[in-house]
Amino acid sequence: MQEELIKRAVELMEDGTVNRVLGWQKGQFVYDITPAVFTSADELKENFVYNDFCGDNLSKYLKDETEKEGKVLVFLKPCDTYSFNQLLTEYKIHRENVYAIGIECYGKADVELLRRKGIDGILDVKNENGTLKIATIYGDEEVPMMEAMAERCVNCKSKKHVAYDELIGEDGEVLDSNRFDMVEKLEQMSAQERFDFWQGELSRCIRCNACRNVCPACTCEKCVFDNPDSGLYNKAAADSFEEKMFHIIRAYHVAGRCTDCGECSRVCPEHIPLHLLNRKFIKDYNELYGSFMAGAEVGQVSPMVDFTMDNDAEPSIVQKGGAE
Amino acid sequence: MSVKENTEFQPTIVAFCCNWCSYSGADLAGTNRLSYPTNVKIIRVPCSCRINPMFVLRAFQRGADGVILCGCHPGDCHYMEGNYHTRRRMTLLFSMLNYLGIESARTRVEWVSAAEGQRFVDVMDDFTAKITELGPNRRLEDLRCKKN
Ligand code: SF4
Ligand code: SF4
Repeated sequence: MQEELIKRAVELMEDGTVNRVLGWQKGQFVYDITPAVFTSADELKENFVYNDFCGDNLSKYLKDETEKEGKVLVFLKPCDTYSFNQLLTEYKIHRENVYAIGIECYGKADVELLRRKGIDGILDVKNENGTLKIATIYGDEEVPMMEAMAERCVNCKSKKHVAYDELIGEDGEVLDSNRFDMVEKLEQMSAQERFDFWQGELSRCIRCNACRNVCPACTCEKCVFDNPDSGLYNKAAADSFEEKMFHIIRAYHVAGRCTDCGECSRVCPEHIPLHLLNRKFIKDYNELYGSFMAGAEVGQVSPMVDFTMDNDAEPSIVQKGGAE
Repeated sequence: MSVKENTEFQPTIVAFCCNWCSYSGADLAGTNRLSYPTNVKIIRVPCSCRINPMFVLRAFQRGADGVILCGCHPGDCHYMEGNYHTRRRMTLLFSMLNYLGIESARTRVEWVSAAEGQRFVDVMDDFTAKITELGPNRRLEDLRCKKN
């Protein structure tokens, strides 16, 4: 697939359709891929990579890239196309400056899952028909791809591309995944158990802000978390209030715009399951206000900014109260 | 003579009241000499939808044990649709707080009109009783904001 993508990118650059390519660049190791802009065929041939670790959602980078001169080519996996549409909905990217190629995706690997299996010193990983052949400094290992797949890919919401100019590979279907199972499990716990669960997770946060920075829905020029006067401008949380506040505000701010791309959980160095916060909002408004998928179409109105005047049709949990 | 110390838990309740209905409702309760619990600290806002989720969190941080939002009844908003927005926003915010383990009874939205002095008193009585029962807010408190 990698060769195919490079070939097509070079073609499009040569015929003048685009003047640069937004893609994935080799890192020091096979699993540390970085997003990058390529401006020549040579660069592409040398550094462009597309493998099982190319989880990065490139759509966020289009915000800056489409401000520039000329068209940019971007590769979008199915879930990335939702973010792409959502950014278009919010007028964050200039559609005329993008040439989007949708590429098929069967799920990406999470190197952390390999490490948890005790696989260290990874030199190379090759996917052969669903089995990862891993070369390490201690010898070779084999792991079925399913066991190394990132949580967000196991619970993939859609293999369907909702936006593209051209497709390489197959288009899939919107999936009926189990992504809300864990949210439901938490909902069934007692308030104390939930509190303990989140205390355990959120107190690890070091406030690196990576989850905010990577998020394609977090595109404000000025962020409240960067404002020294906001009272939110601090490094690692000092107490249990601050721990929660950052996460409530982050998740709340993207509610209705979050496409559940899973980037926040992927980049968190502390492996905090941030998707469980986002999915709670998604699950809530799906249940209360009718099903809504951010980014499914351009121009949708999110339930967070919408309302109805019908008091019966607006089921409200706010007045119930009731001790738990 | 011995002074009996009052050791009973006295909650701090923050009530955000919209200027046009609920604040006037509270005012009416006052002019009618109806008393409501002194635990309730009213903060006047132009409209219930002025309340940013941050306000609610901040109130808890600074020591509130319960936060209640009061606004005009649906359809009566001075700005036509402010309280419809409040309804959605707070539904989702409170649900999230509950999800994080902050008891849902600590947060509430009530509609109180300018003519409902008695209702204002009833709502506050009820809410204060519920919070007293729940006890102090320990899960969203900032110890640095405590006085002693
Ligand atoms: S909050 Fe997380 S899952 Fe949602 S759009 Fe942002 S990075 Fe993606
Ligand atoms: S990426 Fe993780 S550690 Fe960093 S701010 Fe977000 S939750 Fe905290």
